[in-house]
Amino acid sequence: MPKKKEEGFPRVPAVIAGGRIIDPTASIDKTGDLYIENGKIVRIEFNKLLSKKSIQSVGSHKVMDASGQVVSPGFIDLHVHLREPGREDEETVATGTKAAAAGGFTSVCCMPNTDPPLDNQENIRFVLEQAKAGFARVYPLGCITQGRKGERIAEIGDIVAAGAVAVTDDGSPVMDASVMRLAFEYSRMFGIPIVQHAEDTNLSFGGLMHEGFVSTILGMRGIPAAAEEVIVARDLKLLETFGGRLHVAHISTAGALELVRQAKKKKLPVTCEVTPHHLTLTDEEIKKSFNPNLRVNPPLRSRKDVEALREGLVDGTIDAIATDHAPHSREEKEVEFDAAPNGMIGLETAFGIVMTEIVAKGYLSLAQAVEKLTSAPAQVFGLPGGQLKIGHPADIIIFDPGQSWTYRASEGFSKSINSPFDGWGFKGKVTSTLLAGKVVYPVESKLEVVGLSPQDKIKLQVAERKKQKKRK
Amino acid sequence: MKKFAHKHLLGLEGMTREEIEFVLDTAVTFKEVLERPIKKVPTLRGLTIVNLFYEPSTRTRISFELAQKRLSADTVNFSSSGSSVKKGETLRDTVRNLEAMKIDMVVVRHASSGVPYFLTRCLESSIINAGDGAHEHPTQGLLDIYTIREKYGKVEGLRVVIVGDVKHSRVARSNIWGLKAMGASVSVCAPSTLLPAEIEKMGVEVFTDLNKALWGADVVNVLRLQLERQERGFLPTLREYSRLFGITRERLTLLNKNYTIMHPGPINRGVEITPEVADSPESVILAQVTNGVAVRMAVLYLLSGQQEEAVA
Repeated sequence: MPKKKEEGFPRVPAVIAGGRIIDPTASIDKTGDLYIENGKIVRIEFNKLLSKKSIQSVGSHKVMDASGQVVSPGFIDLHVHLREPGREDEETVATGTKAAAAGGFTSVCCMPNTDPPLDNQENIRFVLEQAKAGFARVYPLGCITQGRKGERIAEIGDIVAAGAVAVTDDGSPVMDASVMRLAFEYSRMFGIPIVQHAEDTNLSFGGLMHEGFVSTILGMRGIPAAAEEVIVARDLKLLETFGGRLHVAHISTAGALELVRQAKKKKLPVTCEVTPHHLTLTDEEIKKSFNPNLRVNPPLRSRKDVEALREGLVDGTIDAIATDHAPHSREEKEVEFDAAPNGMIGLETAFGIVMTEIVAKGYLSLAQAVEKLTSAPAQVFGLPGGQLKIGHPADIIIFDPGQSWTYRASEGFSKSINSPFDGWGFKGKVTSTLLAGKVVYPVESKLEVVGLSPQDKIKLQVAERKKQKKRK
Repeated sequence: MKKFAHKHLLGLEGMTREEIEFVLDTAVTFKEVLERPIKKVPTLRGLTIVNLFYEPSTRTRISFELAQKRLSADTVNFSSSGSSVKKGETLRDTVRNLEAMKIDMVVVRHASSGVPYFLTRCLESSIINAGDGAHEHPTQGLLDIYTIREKYGKVEGLRVVIVGDVKHSRVARSNIWGLKAMGASVSVCAPSTLLPAEIEKMGVEVFTDLNKALWGADVVNVLRLQLERQERGFLPTLREYSRLFGITRERLTLLNKNYTIMHPGPINRGVEITPEVADSPESVILAQVTNGVAVRMAVLYLLSGQQEEAVA
């Protein structure tokens, strides 16, 4: 195994030189040099920049040339499924955070619908323990109800004390309004938001895709937009009456968005997120291919909904872009559409999609897009990071907004490959990710992924050896 | 000579009038074969066809099997209810195993929309859709159009009403696509709870009043009402359905002269259609069954690749 070049790098002072530095919270958007010492940001210099020549030698500083590229805070993802504990064959905290690093995310919030679910202190601690060796900061969410059953509220106090940043029964909604009322009331003591997967499961029962003309042609049972909207409307009413905070996960319909917009006008404490796939893909895609990787919940909606969501990003109704990265095994996904589980991976494509579909098409400026991926999500859950502040950990990414690339799911870092974006071309690519000043992407070999199972390690070692042989 | 340039028959959506007519013309010659004392031709000798039925079916499976035997193909039947997941082997593994046994064509029926498309991605063989979920049932659509054309000598300009559970009907969808392509004017009539969203965008007129729907129509295609629809709550009672949407002799007076009654079967007598209408001279229900074999022979022949050799 080759010795890692970055070994000990956090101890070595470094400078990211000549990049366009964007920090939405400080309204910074200009070329500068960013200095890192002991894993922290120590100085951002905009005036006396290092010249191209001097870049080679700045005393003891390691230099990263970022000219022609953008330097921004590391992205923060409010919604990922790391599948640990329970489905380590699909993803682990280690591989999921590795995928996060490759996609420019330095912090991820992981969902509690694991097996067992994260509905108590111990399970939250387990995830945090696994995350110590990870490639991104991991902020777990706990469950709203015990066992995610929607019946009795979980030990939210304990869960928050153990480190959870919010609670959700994601994957399932809390269908019983009286339970949701209690959750709002109880959570007020701990100041955390309730994250709702808004879906009336009676209305959506048996549904495979968005209900509309396409589901009619395909003869697939539909999930009406109203399934999402009635729960959002109900929750907003409960929020208004009983207090607390509400975060609407993966909002997908024009109607739900309008409800949130009106609630925000009334100054209700509500936030929402949107996924890159709901901003891009419509139900029409399913008609083209019946690709089971397009099966996702909430389902891909109509063109009208996609347009409304883009407008919601522009007018600020939508607070953050979050991936809902949901790995599923090949065996489970390579089946008929009816039998496939819901979900698609998204950590490694999110930035490419946002750049290509949202920034290049003029919906958001580059700085606004960065904000929706950094400081804005940080604010939703009250997370550190999302800004380039002196004295703060150097969670920083460098990206090339002009670089064209093609996504190949099989070459990604996630353990799973269930992406409908496989083979898509994007413009805009993350080139380096630093976590507390340490380069976590790119790394020389996949072997550096820690926390792999012994079998995975063997597989990777064999692959590495084959590669080396080829070189010879 | 016109050619049928498809490897698979997955649905009638997107098929042109010329293509459909070519299939129907081919079926005419095969129908002649069926009227001979010896109803067998060597056209597909040496070809192996698997009938993969993941949903119970009597008439479609037998019709396909007969068509294959009349064409001298070797056939294998595979039936399985229950989903592939429960069975322990995935659909993909099952069909790849079958293909490893050197199969030329697969006729597939499955409760999940899109399964024939899924098979085209994992197999080299030609795939024929024998019904996928509520999506399409193209050979049924073709045989319905064949039957209409046989009676009227044309399809263009005729008014066809499809009555019943449109929401869950693959027959309705294939009929709409095919009939529209052929220039017929198509309408659907169903209780509002059994009309799928935005169905009017398929280019059909939509009715919930049967008397209005039947007024001035030439052909009534009556869909089977699956009895479980009542259990699932789409309908209050079968009695009310029958009263509002049942095809009775009195209602037939609303139709044009020389009208036709069709039904894809199996019939729930007394629910969607009264026995006297089902057995009336205007009913072509049994002709549909006969034509089904001829149309399926035509489809099998055209997809088999034998056609190119014949042309050359």
